[in-house]
Amino acid sequence: MDFLRPASWEEALAAKAEHPTAVPIAGGTDVMVEINFDHRRPEYLLDLNRVGELGEWEVGESGVRLGASVPYTRIMENLRRELPGLALASHTVASPQIRNRGGVGGNLGTASPAGDAHPALLAAGAEVEAESVRGSRLIPIDDFYTGVKRNALAPDELIRAVHIKKADGPQQFSKVGTRNAMVIAVCAFGLALHPETRTVRTGIGSAAPTPVRARAAEEFLAAALDEGGFWDNGKIITPSVAKQFAALCSAACNPIDDVRGTAGYRRHAVGVMARRALTWTWESYRGAAARTEGVA
Amino acid sequence: MGTTGTPTNITQGSGTRGGIGESTLRPDGTLKVTGEFAYSSDMWHEDMLWGQILRSTVAHAEIVSIDTAEALATPGVYAVMTYDDLPTDVRHYGLEIQDTPVLAHGKVRHHGEPVAIVAADHPETARRAAAKIKVEYRELPVITDEASATAPGAVLVHEGRTDHHVGHVPHPNILHRQPIVRGDAGAAARRADFVVRGEYTFGMQDQAFLGPESGLAVPAEDGGVELYIATQWLHSDLRQIAPVLGLPENKVRMTLSGVGGAFGGREDLSMQIHACLLALRTGKPVKIVYNRFESFFGHVHRHPAKLTYEHGATKDGKLTHVKARIVLDGGAYASASPAVVGNASSLGVGPYVVDDVDIEALALYTNNPPCGAMRGFGAVQACFAYEAQMDRLADEVGMDRVEFRRLNAMEQGSLLPTGQRVDSPAPVAELLRRVKAMPLPPERQWLSAGEEADVRQLPGGLSNTTHGEGVVRGIGYAVGIKNVGFSEGFDDYSTARVRMEVVGGVPVATVHTAMAEVGQGGVTVHAQIARTELGVAQVTIQPADTRVGSAGSTSASRQTYVTGGAVKNSCELVREKVLEIGRRKFGAYHPAWATAELLLEGGKVVTDGGEVLADLTDVLEDEAVEVEAEWRHRPTEPFDLRTGQGNGHVQYSFAAHRAVVEVDTELGLVKVVELACAQDVGKALNPLSVVGQIQGGTTQGLGVAVMEEIIVDPRTAKVRNPSFTDYLIPTILDTPTIPVDVLELADDHAPYGLRGVGEAPTLSSTPAVLAAIRNATGLELTRTPVRPEHLTGTA
Repeated sequence: MDFLRPASWEEALAAKAEHPTAVPIAGGTDVMVEINFDHRRPEYLLDLNRVGELGEWEVGESGVRLGASVPYTRIMENLRRELPGLALASHTVASPQIRNRGGVGGNLGTASPAGDAHPALLAAGAEVEAESVRGSRLIPIDDFYTGVKRNALAPDELIRAVHIKKADGPQQFSKVGTRNAMVIAVCAFGLALHPETRTVRTGIGSAAPTPVRARAAEEFLAAALDEGGFWDNGKIITPSVAKQFAALCSAACNPIDDVRGTAGYRRHAVGVMARRALTWTWESYRGAAARTEGVA
Repeated sequence: MGTTGTPTNITQGSGTRGGIGESTLRPDGTLKVTGEFAYSSDMWHEDMLWGQILRSTVAHAEIVSIDTAEALATPGVYAVMTYDDLPTDVRHYGLEIQDTPVLAHGKVRHHGEPVAIVAADHPETARRAAAKIKVEYRELPVITDEASATAPGAVLVHEGRTDHHVGHVPHPNILHRQPIVRGDAGAAARRADFVVRGEYTFGMQDQAFLGPESGLAVPAEDGGVELYIATQWLHSDLRQIAPVLGLPENKVRMTLSGVGGAFGGREDLSMQIHACLLALRTGKPVKIVYNRFESFFGHVHRHPAKLTYEHGATKDGKLTHVKARIVLDGGAYASASPAVVGNASSLGVGPYVVDDVDIEALALYTNNPPCGAMRGFGAVQACFAYEAQMDRLADEVGMDRVEFRRLNAMEQGSLLPTGQRVDSPAPVAELLRRVKAMPLPPERQWLSAGEEADVRQLPGGLSNTTHGEGVVRGIGYAVGIKNVGFSEGFDDYSTARVRMEVVGGVPVATVHTAMAEVGQGGVTVHAQIARTELGVAQVTIQPADTRVGSAGSTSASRQTYVTGGAVKNSCELVREKVLEIGRRKFGAYHPAWATAELLLEGGKVVTDGGEVLADLTDVLEDEAVEVEAEWRHRPTEPFDLRTGQGNGHVQYSFAAHRAVVEVDTELGLVKVVELACAQDVGKALNPLSVVGQIQGGTTQGLGVAVMEEIIVDPRTAKVRNPSFTDYLIPTILDTPTIPVDVLELADDHAPYGLRGVGEAPTLSSTPAVLAAIRNATGLELTRTPVRPEHLTGTA
């Protein structure tokens, strides 16, 4: 195994172009596990740790450009206001040690349906900044996950950053695991209210071959909110609306039975999380228009 | 070579204090917390090789062929060995029954069984070479439960059994069977006003110690081998290792190295023989370290069990009878299964008085992973079932669940179903009273910090699944009984060598035993005992090795009792010799030398009235006094094979728990808020360690209540979750507040009146949590661990 250590982003792109099979490694919290267990034996490892800019973020007028290697700990500590859903999700990633190493770029690169960042990125409507020696492009998150542990990156592309709009409304994230910390998701759910566009977006993790949105649920809820003038009058959402939203989120799942849980449980739990997340975000929206933070 | 990690040669104490009853600090504590403690996996030797084991990928198969040529040809590989390369005719080992092949012979019987071993100059080379060994299997049907084990025409897991249990079992796939029959349960059942029947399932728990199996074997010039090893019992290992190597026991010199937890999982051999074989074959030191994945295949687990119980009671709440059938899955090899059967059956009623009992416990041979010793050892599974039954029966009778238990609780003088009289304090009712009397944690405790929910105090924790929605509190109680020490006639002794001499002008005691310090704190307690008995400030604990006699196993809650007893006994013998010297030298100067009861205190010989007769330095001068002596507890007897009658146990340990849980009833997630425990320890030699043991045992019991389970595929008998990613153990956020109420009612038969501590809390913790979850949800919940799908109807 060759270990490539580019000193700059340009060198990294050149190395990836020269060795398209090279596996990028940053925090190493996924890649090293696979290597240690001999599940994967890449010809080349492309170490991105010398590319300092990947660990930086910029907060702009309307959004955040989050470097691919910004550790989850930094997101929790510094971006709670701008990216509340992702900050909540970051809090649930593994252990403090792993949160100090791992970043969103790794979650995206691995594209496991169990990655904790995905539901929050889907709900926020993020875009992935992918780059190669051929040029740079922004991949909408909806188009990014293409199959089980597969994504839309070309073989010569690297993830440079993720672009996420600043929250314009409350966001929530919940994850079910069978213990109260440091656990891989049995299933997860993200919800973002977007009052500016009067839309809602969702994200579901570990309950389908890829992270997915519950589009029918989103459309139903947006229509219901519009119809009742809820965005303006801030009324309490009726239980029947919440119930229908939850049912549609459950229906968006396509889970399997595995050692972590049954398909039936995953569908059920996504529904419960969806109903609660809707209640929390809506209460938050009604309570204070300016308040966008999650509770945790 | 790197230092071995056992906390040894550490001179403890700086004054005359630090005797028994004080919470002296552990010598290994700071090192472990700061990450400086050297575990057996940290050892290193110049020029050493790395050993690797090739394990079976299937659970049950004939081995058609093994081709090692390509592995042997790999550069860097020094040796590849299979069954055919073993040096002597002794090719099997085992704790009680030698049924486990050192390397698979003709057949593999469980997933992950060792088939071949490799030594290479780099661990990665060894792994790669092992992967190049070609093994052709012809798969056989798998035996996975009682039905498949005893079906007509079932394949025998072990053909041609000759062990001493085969004569009394109903089928060769049943390893051992122990009935306990007392009175007439059938007749008593007719007197019962209320009868409850239940079937219960206990999942397979793993010891999940953090330090994986590891050790270093160094070939010696005399043709022998030195083995540095993390184990629970050096001499038991030695007895099994030496014959396979074809060496006399004195040529296999073993030293305990840093043990990262055990909990029963290091009673059986793991890599010991393999490392020695490769070292002797190659003439080089060989180190073997399992990784976490391999560790799940490298040691036995807690027996999963199916338990069927019938309990009866009269209208006024007195138990009439108990009938039970306990089926333990022993897996492919015997390990400690027969003794686990003995415990499950003899303690199968729990700490209650019942005159009419009909119990049958048995262990199966199957193709599931081998099961053996784990903290609680058979008593755990039974407690889970009988405590569920006691709750149900209390409800039928219409009594408070705790009062129902107290009404039927055993006490000193009660008879066990084995006919054995309990001849030391058995404060079962008092423990229940105390644990019930403790204040309850406040309702909606997740709001205690302010208006907003603290998710860490809620089910789901940081995963942010509820802010109080769907959360229901439940409370549950349980109590259990565990035997202390090895039972059923086993010669359960220990050996201690104690030396006293003057070093640098002060009297110093040196204690040498072969006791395996696995984290229980024995090294701390031995120093406390020596200070108490010999009146010295400084005590040196020698490394545990086989240059001193056997200490017995660090298991069965026995080491403080038995090796502690041996240290006390040897100290007393040393004291006698010291006093003899004193009388010889100074007897003429003071009549008290001849007439008074003399003690050693504060470095001096004193009378029981406190008068100082001489300094120990003056008594000893250049002389050293040394004693090595064996010490044993009272003998026990085997249980009768038909009736289970017999004085099988030497001591009992009792603990009671109250569990308070919050259950998210919609998501099926559980937060255990508090697990209060009351336990009688006879005498707390080190109160801090005692509380640590109780909290640790309580947490291990919580683990198997709500998360810990090795999942074996019933179709293939293969393990599905051999990793800490999917075998979950409690984190600190899953671990509740554990208030502990310690009773000290002396057992007059035991040293200092002490009672073994480590296992009892593991028994009652699990059923208390289950009872609390049942209380919150109203569900029956007859299996443990409880998973979210069991609480939400989505299993």
